[in-house]
Amino acid sequence: MTAVLSRPSGTHRRPGRLRGLWDASPLTYITLIAALVLSVFPIYWMIIVATRSNEVVGSVPPPMTPGGNLGDNVGRLFDNPDAYFAKGLVNSAIVSSAVTVSTVFFASLAGFAFAKLRFRGKNALLLVIIATMMIPVQMGIIPLYMIMVRLGWQNTLQAVIVPFLVTGFGVFMMRQYADQAVPDELIEAARVDGCTTFGIYWRVVLPALRPAAGVLGLFTFMQTWNEFMWPLAVLNPENPTVQLSINNLANAYFKDYTLMFAGTTLAILPLLIVFILFGRQIIGGIMEGAIKA
Amino acid sequence: MSVELRPATPGRNRTGPKRTAPRGASGRGWRVRLARLDMRVSPYLFISPFYVIFLIFGAFPLVFTIWVSLHDWELASGLRDFIGLGNYRELLGDEAFWRSVVNTIGIFFLSTVPQLLLALWVANLLNRRLRASTFYRIGIVAPMVTSTAAVAIVFGQLFARDYGMVNWLLGQIGVDPIDWQASRGWSWVAISAMVDWRWTGYNALIYLAAMQAIPKDLYEAAAIDGASRLRQFWQITVPMLRPTIIFTVIISTIGGLQLFTEPVLFGSGRMDGGPVHQYQTVTMYMFDNAFRSDHYGYGAAIAWMLFLMIIVFSLLNFLFVRRAGGGR
Repeated sequence: MTAVLSRPSGTHRRPGRLRGLWDASPLTYITLIAALVLSVFPIYWMIIVATRSNEVVGSVPPPMTPGGNLGDNVGRLFDNPDAYFAKGLVNSAIVSSAVTVSTVFFASLAGFAFAKLRFRGKNALLLVIIATMMIPVQMGIIPLYMIMVRLGWQNTLQAVIVPFLVTGFGVFMMRQYADQAVPDELIEAARVDGCTTFGIYWRVVLPALRPAAGVLGLFTFMQTWNEFMWPLAVLNPENPTVQLSINNLANAYFKDYTLMFAGTTLAILPLLIVFILFGRQIIGGIMEGAIKA
Repeated sequence: MSVELRPATPGRNRTGPKRTAPRGASGRGWRVRLARLDMRVSPYLFISPFYVIFLIFGAFPLVFTIWVSLHDWELASGLRDFIGLGNYRELLGDEAFWRSVVNTIGIFFLSTVPQLLLALWVANLLNRRLRASTFYRIGIVAPMVTSTAAVAIVFGQLFARDYGMVNWLLGQIGVDPIDWQASRGWSWVAISAMVDWRWTGYNALIYLAAMQAIPKDLYEAAAIDGASRLRQFWQITVPMLRPTIIFTVIISTIGGLQLFTEPVLFGSGRMDGGPVHQYQTVTMYMFDNAFRSDHYGYGAAIAWMLFLMIIVFSLLNFLFVRRAGGGR
């Protein structure tokens, strides 16, 4: 009871039984820690298996500490003739980077236009963008494939890049942010100084949009890195993204778990690094409703 | 709309002469005209990339799917026969299709209902005054930043019949090993577990953000009136979260009915969803028909049926949540 008094004031304006209203009980912590363990365990387990030899499969109880076989497993992974793992990693890096840079650029450009420029038909055009966000676009995958056949783009990286150069969601998100983050006076001042509209975007708006552009970039990268169905449809197993590489491994008749888990570990490594570096921004992005599943 | 354009232009003219005064009148006119063109055209240039990309790679394919679905359409042989609604007629009597519909809906319920309830619960806990709250938040969204394919492979091993950790844990409490692959119901449970694991934390954070916007006074007033925490949760938190819950339900419906990666990798990359198609989803069935069997017309018909299914389910869920949350 005395401890309560030393807490920062403001949260407790009223005396008596209301003190405990927002306090966490030990049970709260226990439940949250259980949730945390459940969330992290499969990732941890994946790394454990990736560092061990195939004897772990079936050992009782299952091992919970890393072994020394990671280098060996990764070596076998890159030597595996069915996985094309190195190629998958490179392809994924190219595709994800290209899509991310382009999405951030085009989405912020369009978001700026919708938030700050005056033009005829603006509201209707914005409404179209919002409507497209609700459409499950991958339902059009069959004609999309036919377009790629017509263009001669099957099994090329542009087939998995070009359709995703900019998303309606990105445009809408950048519009929302530009609307409140960029003062109109700043734009007027730049115009008076003789800036072109693109100059205003490049020198005034883009720097102001950096936080939101960063979050959009993070999520675009993760989403593109993760893409599975469309690359599976349009790319050959010999020219995979990294997700297809691990699918190649899973397809094998004999399940070499340490090999597969080394593959999945490497496949999510860039995502884990991004997450460790920018975890807070990602949390912030989700909580502000910036991210769509 | 054109009226809006005007106030900006005189402003431009007012400042124009001042800056360009030393130059000749013709040079000034040229610059003003260019500036005016810039103001008029730039907005459209800036927004056009989205519409171009969306028209070619988003809208057109979606609409063209209807056209394809009215054909016997194969790419390898070049066959393209107009058969009207033939594909749809066949689909209505196609047992494999309806089985995939049941599978999809079953997995959808098993993955969405516990996921959103758990997320509500976790969010409610995170909304307390906590030490190291960021730590928990980061921990519970960690699953979201893994790759779906990787997770599916790991869960496939955790749910293996022999030597799988889940069966080993169940064995500790005296439950016989379960063949997660072979049984229809258990395979749904295993696949749903992957979906739940991945998205619960994400939804919890969305709920948490909405919970933080609820005025604290409401709870204090309720507490003064003697309402228990549980009662506060159901009578204040849940009704106040209704718009957010509707949002997450719609998003989960759109995503859940298109479920593909998890069941594909649960079945080691195969499209058949197990020997008796026990976990083949509609999207897998579509993919299998189009890209594996070269029946693009039939696949397109499946895609449209799925599209309709998504619309119907989103509406039903929307109405259900609105009704259920509305009882005050």
